Amino acid sequence: MEKFTTVTGIALPLRRSNVDTDQIIPAAYLKRVTKTGFEDALFARWRADPDFVLNDPAYTGARVLVAGADFGTGSSREHAVWALRDYGFDVVLSPRFGDIFRGNSGKQGLLAGQISEADAQRLWDVIEVCPGIELTVDLVSRTARVGALTVTFEIDDYTRWRLLEGLDDIGLTLRDEARIAEFESHREPWRPRTLPARQVS
Amino acid sequence: MTDASLLEERPRTLAEKVWDKHLVSKGENGTPDLIYIDLHLVHEVTSPQAFDGLRVAGRPVRRPDLTIATEDHNTPTLAIDKPIADLTSRTQIETLRRNCEEFGIRLHSLGDIEQGIVHVVGPQLGLTQPGITVVCGDSHTSTHGAFGAMAIGIGTSEVEHVMATQTLPLKPFKTMAITVDGTLRPGVTAKDIILAVIAKIGTGGGQGYVLEYRGSAIRALSMEGRMTICNMSIEAGARAGMVAPDAITYDYLKGRAHAPEGQDWLDAVAYWDTLATDGGAVFDAEVFLDADTLEPFVTWGTNPGQGVSLSEAVPDPSVIVDANERSAAERALEYMDLAAGTPMKDIRVDTVFLGSCTNSRVEDLRAAAKIIQGRTLAPGVRMLVVPGSARVRIEAEAEGLDKIFTDFGAEWRFAGCSMCLGMNPDQLAPGERCASTSNRNFEGRQGKGGRTHLVSPLVAAATAIRGTLSSPWDLVQDGVTQ
Repeated sequence: MEKFTTVTGIALPLRRSNVDTDQIIPAAYLKRVTKTGFEDALFARWRADPDFVLNDPAYTGARVLVAGADFGTGSSREHAVWALRDYGFDVVLSPRFGDIFRGNSGKQGLLAGQISEADAQRLWDVIEVCPGIELTVDLVSRTARVGALTVTFEIDDYTRWRLLEGLDDIGLTLRDEARIAEFESHREPWRPRTLPARQVS
Repeated sequence: MTDASLLEERPRTLAEKVWDKHLVSKGENGTPDLIYIDLHLVHEVTSPQAFDGLRVAGRPVRRPDLTIATEDHNTPTLAIDKPIADLTSRTQIETLRRNCEEFGIRLHSLGDIEQGIVHVVGPQLGLTQPGITVVCGDSHTSTHGAFGAMAIGIGTSEVEHVMATQTLPLKPFKTMAITVDGTLRPGVTAKDIILAVIAKIGTGGGQGYVLEYRGSAIRALSMEGRMTICNMSIEAGARAGMVAPDAITYDYLKGRAHAPEGQDWLDAVAYWDTLATDGGAVFDAEVFLDADTLEPFVTWGTNPGQGVSLSEAVPDPSVIVDANERSAAERALEYMDLAAGTPMKDIRVDTVFLGSCTNSRVEDLRAAAKIIQGRTLAPGVRMLVVPGSARVRIEAEAEGLDKIFTDFGAEWRFAGCSMCLGMNPDQLAPGERCASTSNRNFEGRQGKGGRTHLVSPLVAAATAIRGTLSSPWDLVQDGVTQ
């Protein structure tokens, strides 16, 4: 994963709350066995509407998505994060995220920053006055700046650190391999095992 | 007294006990805890990229003996002996089969007696047990919490992480008690409880929490009912839902293929008996619901929190104070093609879907069959009945339920996720309206342009008879004409 410090790019206002992961990427696109190439699938159903904000040429090349509350609720599909990344987004700002989506984001280098409802409103107002305006997200200071407006966002310390350092989770955990083996050595014998497969006697 | 023993004597909730028991290492300075995972359930949709990651890094699956896979999301529910027609679906299934072979994972493929929806298969095999940690790359993993397990849905990166390490780095969750006291009236079910809970706390209300369902109405539920409730915890934004194990849990488990036996059973029960939340334990939040007054509950909108009692009308968005919620409600009504003030019972459906990891167990099928027996499907309505697993299908057929459904005019299908999520051939056409026992009424969830009303199996059955959203109470009022 690449290190993440600041991003400057066009901000896209998505004035909708409860954007569930079925809307971010419909299930029909989940049949692929690869991890890339999902850019066309992002908001696929909504994009069929020419008036949908993603179709506005002013926002071509957007890197920061400013969405309403409860973004990324519902299904666990990490494809939602891949689709946002593949399309070119590095940051999503929202007053509240689905927990699984937020976790998935941190593992794929997509910054999910939590802002207040009032700040979401302020950001939308500024962006919509100047469509295509660039916004700067600074992970070190946890701020988003657009025009004369600066807002702060929240992200947990651990995810922030991993993003800043570009660290891979599995590698980090395997440094604790001895502790995992030690834990396994005293698991109770009655805990379930899938192998060997058993039949009802 | 040492600090450690002080810690042990602090009254703890069920969720905290399971968490503490699985602590490989405690996080420091803002790092997460490392939690051991007892059971990893795998399916075709969220695993291919995880297996790929292992291959690239040259890592094995650490514990194939704690891992099990099945095919469910993409699988057709008709002609399952033929090759899957959709080529991308077929590729995904074949990829799972190759991966399981390569990494030594037990797989129950289409046609196998243990194949079915992953959240039906785990409990049915006796693998889902009290006090364990369960993960799966599927948000409805919360289902398994019905046994007093800590069961959480994860993304594909985490699937790879669990495959490689059998652990997950997790921040401790907050705890929320949802107490449902009283007695459900006949015709009111577990599904109505959870739909009412979600309407009450909202789709974000459970964010960051593990929900523990408590109270006399929960204790009175079967394991199937408890699974229905825990299943939809994610729709309130929660990471997990749990019910403390009791005699009902043990009765369900005993004798299942992977349940402990002999002395192991006794040892396990002795441990399981210690899991219930201690008196004096403090929850971070509490919610109360009265079972006595609960009515059959249905959704009108496009998220599971947009629900009302069936006896009510479609709400008027203009009276909603919160601007975001108001515009969400306006959008929802437009998508659903509903006018504010329309009585819910006047809403006519084209399709009834009885199935999904929420309501496809044999008890759900029995309950619906009892209502439709000897009646006929409303004209112009199609009904799909999709058992949750091959074993549920066989059990239902042994009881003659398939005959009741087909005599009624419904379609009796093979096991799978089916019309819950629009990844297989079972989908709504644009504009079609469905009374569905599944868990999500999102835009397009059941097929592009499809409109979903979430309902219980009893409401599904009554709706299939009358053609409009109905409950068994309406059938009683119809009296002899039925």
